[in-house]
Amino acid sequence: MSTTFDEDVEAEKASPPTKRQKRAARIADAASGGIRSILVKLLLLGIVDAIAVYAILVLALSQEWLVLAVVVGVTALVNWIYFSRRTLPAKYLTPGVIFLVLFQVFVLVYTGYVAFTNYGTGHNGTKEQAVSSLMAASLERVPDSPTYQVTVVDQLGTLGLLVTAPDGEASLGTNDQPLQQVDPSDVENGKAVAVDGWTTLQFSDVIARTSEITELAVPFSDDPNDGAIRTPDGSSGYLYTSNLEYDEAAGTMTDLSTGTVYSDTGTGAFTAEDGTEILPGWQITVGFDNFVRAVTDSRLAGPLVYVTLWTFAFALISVATTFFLGLFLAIVFNDMRMKGRRYYRVAMIIPYAIPSFLSALVWAGMMNESFGFINQVIFGGASIPWLTDPWMAKLSVLIVNLWLGFPYMFLICTGALQSIPEDVNEASTVDGASAWQTFRHIKLPLLLVSVAPLLIASFAFNFNNFNVIYMLTNGGPRDTGAPIPVGFTDILISMVYKVAFTGQTRDYGLAAAYSIIIFIVVAVISIIAFRRTKSLEEIN
Amino acid sequence: MADQTPVPGSQRGLLIGGLREEHAAARGGGDPELARTTTSGKRPFRFGRWFRATGWRHVVGIVTVAFALFPVVFVISSSLNPNGTLTGSNALFSKIGLDAYARILTNPQVPFTTWFGNTLIIAGVTALLTVFLGALAAYAFSRMRFTGRRFGLITIVVVQMFPQMLAVVAIFLVMSAISDWFPAIGLNTHIGLIMVYLGGALGVNTYLMYGYFNTVPASIDEAAKIDGASHARIFFTIILRLVAPILAVVALLSFIFSVNEYVIASALLIDTENQTLAVGLTKLVSNPRYADWAAFSAGAVIAALPVVVLFLYLQKYIVGGLSAGSVK
Repeated sequence: MSTTFDEDVEAEKASPPTKRQKRAARIADAASGGIRSILVKLLLLGIVDAIAVYAILVLALSQEWLVLAVVVGVTALVNWIYFSRRTLPAKYLTPGVIFLVLFQVFVLVYTGYVAFTNYGTGHNGTKEQAVSSLMAASLERVPDSPTYQVTVVDQLGTLGLLVTAPDGEASLGTNDQPLQQVDPSDVENGKAVAVDGWTTLQFSDVIARTSEITELAVPFSDDPNDGAIRTPDGSSGYLYTSNLEYDEAAGTMTDLSTGTVYSDTGTGAFTAEDGTEILPGWQITVGFDNFVRAVTDSRLAGPLVYVTLWTFAFALISVATTFFLGLFLAIVFNDMRMKGRRYYRVAMIIPYAIPSFLSALVWAGMMNESFGFINQVIFGGASIPWLTDPWMAKLSVLIVNLWLGFPYMFLICTGALQSIPEDVNEASTVDGASAWQTFRHIKLPLLLVSVAPLLIASFAFNFNNFNVIYMLTNGGPRDTGAPIPVGFTDILISMVYKVAFTGQTRDYGLAAAYSIIIFIVVAVISIIAFRRTKSLEEIN
Repeated sequence: MADQTPVPGSQRGLLIGGLREEHAAARGGGDPELARTTTSGKRPFRFGRWFRATGWRHVVGIVTVAFALFPVVFVISSSLNPNGTLTGSNALFSKIGLDAYARILTNPQVPFTTWFGNTLIIAGVTALLTVFLGALAAYAFSRMRFTGRRFGLITIVVVQMFPQMLAVVAIFLVMSAISDWFPAIGLNTHIGLIMVYLGGALGVNTYLMYGYFNTVPASIDEAAKIDGASHARIFFTIILRLVAPILAVVALLSFIFSVNEYVIASALLIDTENQTLAVGLTKLVSNPRYADWAAFSAGAVIAALPVVVLFLYLQKYIVGGLSAGSVK
């Protein structure tokens, strides 16, 4: 691939334009822009800027200064690019590059960052969030709590409690906002029932949103130890205080019922002296912990090794089998005088045209051990464990991937064969070579030059061929010894997905660390492979 | 395997070719042009000869077609089975009816039509925008000379080699951060998913289009420029029309990619109502209690049909596009 760049660049390199030519081009360009295109441009930029202003407002409200700065910078850059006269290539590249940078480059970098954190179930937010959710989770009603009159109010979908204390004072708060004194706009029988800016919920709304209302726990004050007001019925509330006591200065949590002291030992959760943690904890940077854990924890290292080996085996065997079947068929059907080739061809590329997730699911049905078509009909009722035995499952995955992949190889081999000039045959025939020799020593090398980059691409594709694994075997049969949900046909990418998004605990940090390991493997392979193909090109 | 393969033009190939010409003439059918050029008289049909020449190819062809089509036949048959379970689907075409189609389309617990609509919208919009963004970039790379051009092209292809899927955790976290500020484009929205897919709009697509743009002579642009057309006008009214075939190919490849995409879609789309076919149908059959295999098959047939038709319709271009990168 890289040589193509070289050729093109070399061929197109012209002498640089003179100053006058540049100026002439600019004038011509300026003269040719019609008033309509200018209007369209202004309109589009106006929309972009309006969205940006909105985004800036929202970000300022949530005090996300870094993101805000990025938005301002990008918007300024975009405006400059489209108003400037000198940035013609950038005008065409910017839209795609913005998406590329955000969702391809940035997420890559961010994956690197996540790999060094303990992000995952139980470690989702900041320490403050962890403290308040711990306190909220262990709330218990104070036995002698006075009764507070409450009114449930709503502001744009956020529920709040309008609380009238026994002394008649009204205050308002939400789950995130501790109670603050307010002036009610309407008071009935000494109970505040309305306040400006909030909609009072009618009785039917209270019934409809009961579960949300009973979840409400409005902190009494900024100090989480003061407890919260909760209401079981939407009309009277009681003070609840937490079983846990948070000491901010010492950074400790004390369980009031048992007296155990949990302290922040730097592991991202409050930990007792005997090592027990209370969750949720919070997110911290853990350095190389995830990587170290992935390769040294024996229960994790075992799966990582066999999954990596199987990933390579799967990708290599898949490329080899599909390529040889495709090549064989291409040679068979590359005979101009064979009749009906077109019909065979159309029928053969159908597997390639069907979305692969569908075909993998259909194959999973056909390979079902006790009810599937293959065992019931083709093997007359045998119970071959196609998907449940570790080795058979591997074989099944390869068969299905052969089915999915051979049409593609057939197509590209046909194309490559037809591009090899006919006189190669004549020349070798004159020299007395047999058809096999001609093929083996002349045609195959020529063919490989043109299909090698595609074979590498195909290897890279299969290396991360999630769909066929996940839909067919779901990675299974499951390895019950591993602490993560991994199975014997899992490849690296499906393992990453399962660690991150399935199972009881989601471990984003570990999943990201696995991703980084795969990144490195893919990068090394690509570099080696492209070097190899280059040398292949030089030979010919 | 390959040593029995007669290569056209080689000695054996020529021989066989000659034989086949005679054979075509003898049968009085086949390629009329071949028949016309054959001057020899009729020769009796010999099965052995015919089989060595082309007959065995048909055997290979039939075996391959059977391998290629039998899952298709199976799924069509079970979709026509009015109340089929997986076991009931094994007797091919034993019962014919459209009940399974009616079930999958109307079952309130399985929002198949919603999934189908979601998939078409997401994949369609992604395909259109991918083509647009990719074509813009390809035009710049193909027609303009600027510093960093070669570097940019290589960077785009290299960055693309790392599949987005691997960064799914980061994508999920970024999108959940975005939903805190802008719920309309964050997690669980189609716009959010489309934006993530557009991260891959440049890349191989651009490279493919770039190659095709280069085949359009630059003199056309220059002529238009002399006539006073602006670069935008040249791009939208001239170039885009001339490169329409590659645009169709890239659109189709992108469309198929998004239809097939499971990892990111399942991580970002949380509500059943918002999901795509890949996510929805996978859940449907992975649930062992849901034993309605016929309904799933009907759904699979409906889902695959538009893609297959489009694919077969555009196959000539696709084959060209696939081999364009390698075969010169």
